Amino acid sequence: MTETILVRAVTLADGTSSDILVRDGRIAELGRAIFASADRLIDGAGLIALPGLVDLHTHLREPGFEQSETIFSGSRAAAIGGFTAVHAMANTSPVADTAGVVEQVMSLGDRHGYVTVRPIGAVTRGLEGQHLSEIGAMANSRAKVRVFSDDGKCVSDALLMRRALEYVKTFGGVIAQHAQEPRLTEGAQMNESTLSGELGLAGWPAVAEEAIIARDVLLAKHVGARLHVCHLSTAGSVEVVRWAKARGIDVTAEVTPHHLLLTEQLAANYDSRYKVNPPLRRDEDVRAVREGLADGTIDIIATDHAPHPVEAKDCEWEAAAFGMVGLESALSVVQASVVDTGLLDWADIARVFSKTPAAIGQLAGYAQGIAVGAPASFTLYDPSVSRVFEATQLRGKGVNSPYLSTTLPGRIMATFHRGYATVLDGELVDAETVAAAARAHDQAGAGRG
Amino acid sequence: MRHLLSTRDLSRDEAIAILDVAEDMADVAHREVRKLPALRGKTVVNLFFEDSTRTRISFEAAAKRLSADVINFSAKGSSVSKGESLKDTAQTLAAIGADAVVIRHGASGAPRVLANSDWIDAAIVNAGDGTHEHPTQALLDAFTIRRRLHGADSRGHDLDGVSVAIVGDILHSRVARSNAWLLTTLGASITFVAPATLLPIGIENWPVEVRYDLDIALAAKPDVVMMLRIQGERMHAAFFPSAREYSRIWGLDDERLAMLAADSIVMHPGPMNRGLEISAAAADSPRSTVREQVANGVSIRMAVLYLTLSGEGGKQ
Repeated sequence: MTETILVRAVTLADGTSSDILVRDGRIAELGRAIFASADRLIDGAGLIALPGLVDLHTHLREPGFEQSETIFSGSRAAAIGGFTAVHAMANTSPVADTAGVVEQVMSLGDRHGYVTVRPIGAVTRGLEGQHLSEIGAMANSRAKVRVFSDDGKCVSDALLMRRALEYVKTFGGVIAQHAQEPRLTEGAQMNESTLSGELGLAGWPAVAEEAIIARDVLLAKHVGARLHVCHLSTAGSVEVVRWAKARGIDVTAEVTPHHLLLTEQLAANYDSRYKVNPPLRRDEDVRAVREGLADGTIDIIATDHAPHPVEAKDCEWEAAAFGMVGLESALSVVQASVVDTGLLDWADIARVFSKTPAAIGQLAGYAQGIAVGAPASFTLYDPSVSRVFEATQLRGKGVNSPYLSTTLPGRIMATFHRGYATVLDGELVDAETVAAAARAHDQAGAGRG
Repeated sequence: MRHLLSTRDLSRDEAIAILDVAEDMADVAHREVRKLPALRGKTVVNLFFEDSTRTRISFEAAAKRLSADVINFSAKGSSVSKGESLKDTAQTLAAIGADAVVIRHGASGAPRVLANSDWIDAAIVNAGDGTHEHPTQALLDAFTIRRRLHGADSRGHDLDGVSVAIVGDILHSRVARSNAWLLTTLGASITFVAPATLLPIGIENWPVEVRYDLDIALAAKPDVVMMLRIQGERMHAAFFPSAREYSRIWGLDDERLAMLAADSIVMHPGPMNRGLEISAAAADSPRSTVREQVANGVSIRMAVLYLTLSGEGGKQ
């Protein structure tokens, strides 16, 4: 038996007010003043209902780096951030380059139940950039992997990238490229600029990203394959993708919340919480990626949630690890950077942070958004509140957030994954309840099937 | 002055105050007993993550002349080389009771990270961090230039109107950075001379002039020519094709030495590569301040330790 839930008078992404009735894991009814009995009644006044957020770029660290994050802790961080699905990057240990690893990652996610965990497969064996990994085996496994990425490393060899684009096409998948020319970024520490010169930190030039994106869109055109560009960060990259799309090249691109809000200036005190790859860029880059997201050049937002243990950041800049956690703060940062600034509305957010990332990842159930008959995966967000973001609001293992002690708008009040609650009253539902609800959902699904 | 992390943090008046205190400290060197009791009972730790015998002994001599207790902590062969973090090392020094930590570190910004942390509340003096800054080197360079210009009447003077050419590997030089900020704060005009590969991106936004051609820069008759050490390993990373070509185009050889104005001076932070960036004749000529720089370094470091540890400079 799954719960029947009635959300009263919530605002949908298109601005209309509606009740939402959830029954048997699906949206049973939408409309004003729905007359139905429900196990759980939620007052939606002042809240926006968005389709469950889908992250195409998450580092869950398990297997291998459980001191940083686990599938369980990362799933909880995702749920409190309004996500109902995440795509787990392949740079684990062992690397997700075989069917066995991706099936294990998926089933751990299913068991915990907070979000759908979709594994991303490595493009090359061991992320070593030498030989293709067993892409076919991963695509045909129970995990049905469709996104392949060596993220953290660039598939820099042009011939290997060409082959990867072609081979993945065979299985209907997509290569998600971490665009970073390795020779141009040896030892790189931050965006290469006047500031990096002054700080004496080795530069990560914009051209190292833009040159790879330019090469890859041309390769994708040549072989007729799909390409996805991870965490695009520069004004020049936006221009290259805009050029490619204008020529009909099948490319999609993502931007992270932190590249929508933060600039390189934050590196000035060598506080390693701001060390991330690709690095924070200039003001004009931030403006360009916001505009690119608004005009559709950039298709999606993805977090690049990258948890690290405290000691990996509690040190000098050059010794620190790259990356920041982002699941818990993502929607607030997006609100601050592109909604409150008037560039995108909530319907756009539903598209770039749920529908389109699900489409790129070929994840079913998100095409219609919040619609009758669709799986009831959605989140209730209060955009009116303002809060000082603190480590106590993080739910993953990593505390390497760049937003600690800053004021951010908005808060996730509830999240529903396939019809059961993972977050209620702004707090996570306990693990046993969520796991039991997930099992009940799967059994009901099996019974119906 | 709470810490000395960067010359960029110094105002003109603060910089002149340090140089003037260093003048007082220099006088001590000429006394029969070359020692002041100013820092008696204070503990100064020289925390060196990179080898630099010259800078370390200069700080050591400075601290000892002020009667401080000195502990030399070399990262080589210590727990640091076995992977101990900067944080743990700093907390160890805090527990020992260090009043000042003089830090040399290969990572740019490490002294700033230490000063901003709650690991240790000692005064932090940057003795060179990565390719960022080397503030006491710039201060001793300013002190040396001022003394050559004003002799015994140096106190209170800035460097207004002085022209300085800094030649060589600007990109990797913490000495060039610290001098660019300090000397311009003091009123000097700076010209960087280097091949484009050895200049940082965005150099056009710095308060300096840039020239690729050393001969054109020298034709302007700068008051000061500062030659930077060129490291052989740079040519393997394609910054320039060969030591010979570098030396021919950017080295201060005997012909270029002869081009200089009669009263202009030649500086080098050491250690020198004779025959590469500087000829033996240039290094040993009366224009050369190389040995004065070393002697003045002790006075400057005495002044910096005194100002950070005596509390006279107040909180920053």
